[in-house]
Amino acid sequence: MATPSITVTETPLVLYALRRADDALILGHRLSEWCGHGPMLEEDMALSNIALDLIGQARALYTCAAEVEGNGNDEDKLAYLRDVRQYRNLLLVERPNGDFARTMVRQLFYSAFADIYWRGMMSSRDATLAAIAAKSEKESAYHLRHASEWIIRLGDGTEESHVRAQAAIDDLWAFTGEMFAVDDSECGLIDAGIAVDPLLLMPEWLVTVTDVTREATLSLPENDWMQQGGRDGRHSEHLGHLLSELQHMQRSFPGASW
Amino acid sequence: MVAAATSRDRDLWQRARDAAASVTDPEIPVLTIDDLGVLRDVVLREDGRVNVAITPTYSGCPAMNMIAVNVALALECAGFPDAIVRTVLSPAWTTDWMSEAGRRKLKAYGIAPPQAAGSRRALFGVEQVSCPQCGSGDTELLSEFGSTSCKALWRCKACREPFDYFKCH
Repeated sequence: MATPSITVTETPLVLYALRRADDALILGHRLSEWCGHGPMLEEDMALSNIALDLIGQARALYTCAAEVEGNGNDEDKLAYLRDVRQYRNLLLVERPNGDFARTMVRQLFYSAFADIYWRGMMSSRDATLAAIAAKSEKESAYHLRHASEWIIRLGDGTEESHVRAQAAIDDLWAFTGEMFAVDDSECGLIDAGIAVDPLLLMPEWLVTVTDVTREATLSLPENDWMQQGGRDGRHSEHLGHLLSELQHMQRSFPGASW
Repeated sequence: MVAAATSRDRDLWQRARDAAASVTDPEIPVLTIDDLGVLRDVVLREDGRVNVAITPTYSGCPAMNMIAVNVALALECAGFPDAIVRTVLSPAWTTDWMSEAGRRKLKAYGIAPPQAAGSRRALFGVEQVSCPQCGSGDTELLSEFGSTSCKALWRCKACREPFDYFKCH
């Protein structure tokens, strides 16, 4: 890799915007990996469309982070020129796609969270974040509906689809707790009315995923041990591989454009 | 901000606005960005340059870059060089921003215009969309996500034609 990574001065607000931007970019990239591989044409388009929404949200959030930081970085530098330890996304969104059921369970867990998270952020005291949230909330409502319908079809479908959906739930469950974790950096922003307090959203999230999985004849695991680390840059081995593909062009040909 | 103080200023501003408003959506060429409600504001500055504000329909709408370039180009052709085109997010675009003329043009083009939706969170959709070709209400959803982010794919069971539906947002 030829181009060195940038440094980012992570004030609480910069870090806050970066974490949300990284969630959206990494999940958007994961979904874009389905392009051309969807189980049917309509689904191929759906996943690519959702990827596009997420990457659009990431762009707005990166631009916001760069403006707050005021260090000459921009959306492209933040996406293409930070190394794996500088990424702040949830471990959930970097999980590999696996089969279609696994992708849909990941979508359900994240979209059910994003939907209420953006709705909460619409009343942020930061006008830019509130505007981004108002835009994103409309999109995540679609994403949640899409994932919910698929989980119900898969869980309440054939024996095979049921087994696969349940296995995906069991595997991904341990990555859901990180969505509701708050550190000191974020506490101050929550107190200031800028950030959303995710802990307050947990009951509603749980109701949403419980209702969908119950209708799908699936069950949620009872274990409550949760894996964390993504918010601080401690990632699984999967993120490095993802970034090597995402960043390859800009690292090899700095500033390349078309 | 410059208030259109004199009639000459008003004429100039109107010319600039007309030029910006004439730009069409690259994906739906029958609709102008004015019909769509993507064009938010046109301001003529004292130095003669024009500030234009546009807003995306969807966060990831890839047409935005092209629309911004085309707006600057249309203004250049109308005698306003170096226009500044900004993207604004607030207030968020919804289908309510689309004009009545826009809805009619959309339907004539073969795309069902957005309708007042039921709950966005209701599963297995209850929406009723009429076929833009034959007008039948006997239609079915094929995919919530269509050829662009703003459209869903439907099929008419009466005339058997598939059609795009501009999603309500």
